[in-house]
Amino acid sequence: MALGRLPAVTGTIRGAAHLAGAYEHPLRTIPDRTTPQIHAEVAVGALADAGLTMGDVDAYFCAGDAPGFGPLSMAEYLGLDRLAYVDSTEIGGSSYVAHVGHAAAAIAAGKCHVALITLAGKPRTGGSGPGGSGRVGDAPEFSFEVPFGTSVLTNYALAATRHMHEFGTTSAQLAEIKVAASTHAQHNPNAFLRDVVTVEEVLESPMVCDPLHRLDSCVITDGGGALVVVSPEVARTLDRHCPVVLGHGEAPKHTGNGRIDLTHTGAVWSGPRAFEEAGVTPADVDYASIYDSFTITVLQTIEDLGFCAKGDGGRFVADGGLQAPHGRLPFNTDGGGLCNNHPTNRGGITKVIEAVRQLRGEAHPAVQVPDCDIALAHGTGGSLGTRHGSATLILGREA
Amino acid sequence: MSDASDTAGQLPVPEPWVHADAKPFWDATAEGRLCLPRCNGCGTVIWYPRGFCPVCASFDIEWFDAPGTGEVYSFSIPRRGQGAYRDAAPYVVAYVELDLPDGLGGDGPGPRIMTNLVDCDPWSVSVGDRVRAVFHPTERGVALVRFRPA
Repeated sequence: MALGRLPAVTGTIRGAAHLAGAYEHPLRTIPDRTTPQIHAEVAVGALADAGLTMGDVDAYFCAGDAPGFGPLSMAEYLGLDRLAYVDSTEIGGSSYVAHVGHAAAAIAAGKCHVALITLAGKPRTGGSGPGGSGRVGDAPEFSFEVPFGTSVLTNYALAATRHMHEFGTTSAQLAEIKVAASTHAQHNPNAFLRDVVTVEEVLESPMVCDPLHRLDSCVITDGGGALVVVSPEVARTLDRHCPVVLGHGEAPKHTGNGRIDLTHTGAVWSGPRAFEEAGVTPADVDYASIYDSFTITVLQTIEDLGFCAKGDGGRFVADGGLQAPHGRLPFNTDGGGLCNNHPTNRGGITKVIEAVRQLRGEAHPAVQVPDCDIALAHGTGGSLGTRHGSATLILGREA
Repeated sequence: MSDASDTAGQLPVPEPWVHADAKPFWDATAEGRLCLPRCNGCGTVIWYPRGFCPVCASFDIEWFDAPGTGEVYSFSIPRRGQGAYRDAAPYVVAYVELDLPDGLGGDGPGPRIMTNLVDCDPWSVSVGDRVRAVFHPTERGVALVRFRPA
């Protein structure tokens, strides 16, 4: 039976939950801690930020970076013994953006009050390689991709080539994205790369996979982060400023029976869902954390979220368009994955953390967006060139 | 039909995992044929090869030979390889949009399949280039389908 057109979904998470705690591990190389220890460090940090303790947590969220049996191993390690809800949604680096939406939905449904989300890992000192896809031969698509020497890098570069072909996007335009990120990162003492770079320096950096240069690529860092999402009832008891969840959307994108269109991301689906739920438009967004595994990821996502028309991303990011505090769309004011941090090759959680800082007015003064009322955080996990998760979150300053 | 080739040129030929529901595809590569699945329920040409139609959810699949020609949809050129490709860079990773026999393609494009472009200067490749399949045998007797300038 075909269901046909269904009535509009009436449930909403708008206003149903608040970001009470957000914590980013300050280090980018962590040789003397285990991955579970880093999960614990960031959990403690985010709960302390909220004014809560491990004993208050009744819901736990983690993704593929969590070792062992995921939420079961980590709940035991962390000593979470009153969990009523767990979620191990794994859509790569976008997982943690989706987790906030899932936590808000669980809170809205009355399943829990205090949701803890953690991410941690050690690609620099722990042995797991860049990319961290963990893809193995039992994936049905494996034999039609991996034997050709593909990688995360080759697959993003495929998307860049096609976007350049269809819309005339240039390497210099992509470089503007890195320049903006580096301009922000100079103010972040914890950033992995703090030097401001120019368009010329990006273009002169080694080509790692045509058409992408080394400086089109994110950093590889040890690290982690955690978030605490709470019900309005809990938020009211806390002294901390707790930005509100306004909307969330998510969508996987895959090769679609081999007819993949490389010029757009899953944000064409997740974005409108989030904006509709939040009751805002792209023009209302004061600050945006845009997933930046590579510069092309940012360019396509900005178009897909509706900040400019498809194909106009190159012009939109030029001339300081992304630079805080006064650009067309101030983005990634922590320096993003391109310069600050891409903990265990998964940048979603740091996207939400910087959005919370902006809404609280706690970003670095040089990059704090004045009167930041509406912030967007977007995650892209996987590969633009094959399959990826896309998750969009819209938050409001209202406490 | 396309050329069978005894040499892989510069590129390694890693073994694929031959899953049972894609075995007709791999068996055909050993004979230098590009054999694709097509759904008997809705007629769509399926990619990647599998024993299930992702368009109409049918398990009723037939197999047919594609001409082995197509055009470059996109490409990238890794400057450093990993694993089996450690010493192979630079090489070309590409999506090639396949030509389909008359009457089998419907209105839309043919499948865009991940592959390598060989027998060409990587920096001479352009989107839209016409290419044709070559078959690079693995030690276990199947072949990777790569493409060279037509």
